Amino acid sequence: MSNSVLSVRNAVKRYGPVRALDDVSLEIGDGEFLTLLGPSGSGKTTLLTAIAGFTELDSGSLSLRGTDITGQTPDKRNFGMVFQGYALFPNMTVAGNIAFPLKVRKWNSSDINTRVAECLALVQMEKYADRLPSQLSGGQQQRVALARALSFRPSVLLLDEPLSALDKKLRADLQWELKDLHRQLGVTFIYVTHDQDEALSMSDRIVILKDGSIQQIGGPGELYNAPRTPFVADFLGKSNFIEAEVTGGAPGAVQCAAGGESFTVASAAAPATGSRRKLALRPERVRIGAPGAEAFTGQVRQLSYLGERAHVIVTHPGLGEILVSCPTWKAGITPEPGLGVSFGWDSDACVFLEDA
Amino acid sequence: MTPGLLTDRHRYWLLILPALAVMIIFYIWPLVNILGISVTEPEPGLGNYALLAESRPIQTSFIITFRVAAITTVFCLVLGYIVSYAIYNASKRGVGLMVALVLLPFWISVLIRSFSWIVLLGRSGLVNDALMGMGLIDRPLRLMHNEFGVLIAMVHVMLPFAVLPIMANMKGIDRSFVNAARGLGASEWTAFWQVYFPQTKPGVLSAALLVFVLSLGFYITPALLGGGRVLMISEYITYQIQEFLKWGTGTMLSVTLLVATGVVILAAARFVNLRRAFLERG
Repeated sequence: MSNSVLSVRNAVKRYGPVRALDDVSLEIGDGEFLTLLGPSGSGKTTLLTAIAGFTELDSGSLSLRGTDITGQTPDKRNFGMVFQGYALFPNMTVAGNIAFPLKVRKWNSSDINTRVAECLALVQMEKYADRLPSQLSGGQQQRVALARALSFRPSVLLLDEPLSALDKKLRADLQWELKDLHRQLGVTFIYVTHDQDEALSMSDRIVILKDGSIQQIGGPGELYNAPRTPFVADFLGKSNFIEAEVTGGAPGAVQCAAGGESFTVASAAAPATGSRRKLALRPERVRIGAPGAEAFTGQVRQLSYLGERAHVIVTHPGLGEILVSCPTWKAGITPEPGLGVSFGWDSDACVFLEDA
Repeated sequence: MTPGLLTDRHRYWLLILPALAVMIIFYIWPLVNILGISVTEPEPGLGNYALLAESRPIQTSFIITFRVAAITTVFCLVLGYIVSYAIYNASKRGVGLMVALVLLPFWISVLIRSFSWIVLLGRSGLVNDALMGMGLIDRPLRLMHNEFGVLIAMVHVMLPFAVLPIMANMKGIDRSFVNAARGLGASEWTAFWQVYFPQTKPGVLSAALLVFVLSLGFYITPALLGGGRVLMISEYITYQIQEFLKWGTGTMLSVTLLVATGVVILAAARFVNLRRAFLERG
């Protein structure tokens, strides 16, 4: 990446026999919103704390705009960081907390006052300057933590699951605010979360980690629509998996057979004829209709109503269970357990996966 | 008996009645008697209390008592803070061992611990013998029967009382605070001094109060290591009553010490949450 601000090269960190980071390399672009996503134990927090300087790498290197920072202590790295529990200093007021990084940088007091006021305004907390952290709600503490991390104008902001302690509604509001803030400030955000929706809605790019190594890196749409491995397909959203045999065709129209049915997959790369490959199929790409309306015939086994959508499990004698997600406002059939239906999908709905 | 004759309130009182009775018979009643003797022996009036203003030895003894208690407190706080901080930063396995080592002295009588110091610090004690053996000194150093000896042993005896409240306080401090400070650009020292230390103040104040108050009334250790030369008030009282049979003076000093201690605690209550310091320790 030409405008890379931060590079991680071959980072390895072991905790006993566990490899928390297993040869991770990553380039982070200037001003991008990058999310490290993975289940617990995937190494995402280790990677973030290694970038911040709290975790020492066993091997590998970190560099910031070409300067090696691998051996630097956290205070020299000049990154803003928002901690999971906010870690606001309980013995200082809101203003005191925001002023802390400026005081340790020996700013003069009038500059500090101006900057603290600016930061309070940035997160709409002007009225709370003299409160103690313990007198604030979770969402307010979150805002102060953000203001504190940004007060010294770091070029990179590290966020460790900053919204995980908040309730769902507040989390959604703050997601928008964080995105606005990111666009407004042009600061590079490195964001750790285990919440796939959060990752999809906020990020420019997402890094999916599993067992200490990177599974796939890409934009939200790219990862969602073209997952490379079963893990990515399953972790980001829901997916049906079909074991298919490639029976012929050419790039753009690969012929596949599975469960006694045959269908076409619009894949740019054509796997060798005769090979067995795993396909991912998103539930919302599957159409459901009256018997005969679509290509395959099945039976409704289970139905789950979710408000705007309904999830239907359709069983097919060869393909097994197929999860279908359909909008509930769409008139047509009303699936009920036991009902015979037909289902099918467009040729570009299926994606070939690598074995992993 | 009709139900409701005993309300919950009454029942709770019944529960504490035995303990209350013991307290009244063996503690409060004797205390009242002591107060009584102090204003009636040898003759009714406040004559005994006038000694506080007149008697040099009594004044000296009070000064020594407060000085020894204050110095002991300072040393216990410094050492206790370091020990607690080491425990806070130790590995999980290390913590158990270190806490056990802090608590271990509690299982050994104060008398024995004080005698041990005599064995160590005496004229021909281990320390002097070793120093002379190495040729570092020609004559034995006076390590005890003076305030120095009393202080060494007092600090040793009181140290756990400083460690426990500070340790309990530190245990409640999340590590992320120091990390956050470091991440925001603070040096190790700044992070400690401006972020960590202020949060340990309640523990330090509790420890200070506990050690100071216990030191004020301490008897065995100063008596043994002071050798009659460092007369703290408790020992002074013993002399008055056992040697001179001056019950009036002895009881007057007891009451004065009690009041002085009470004043210290009340003054401290302004800064320390006493309830937390003494009742809710982990």
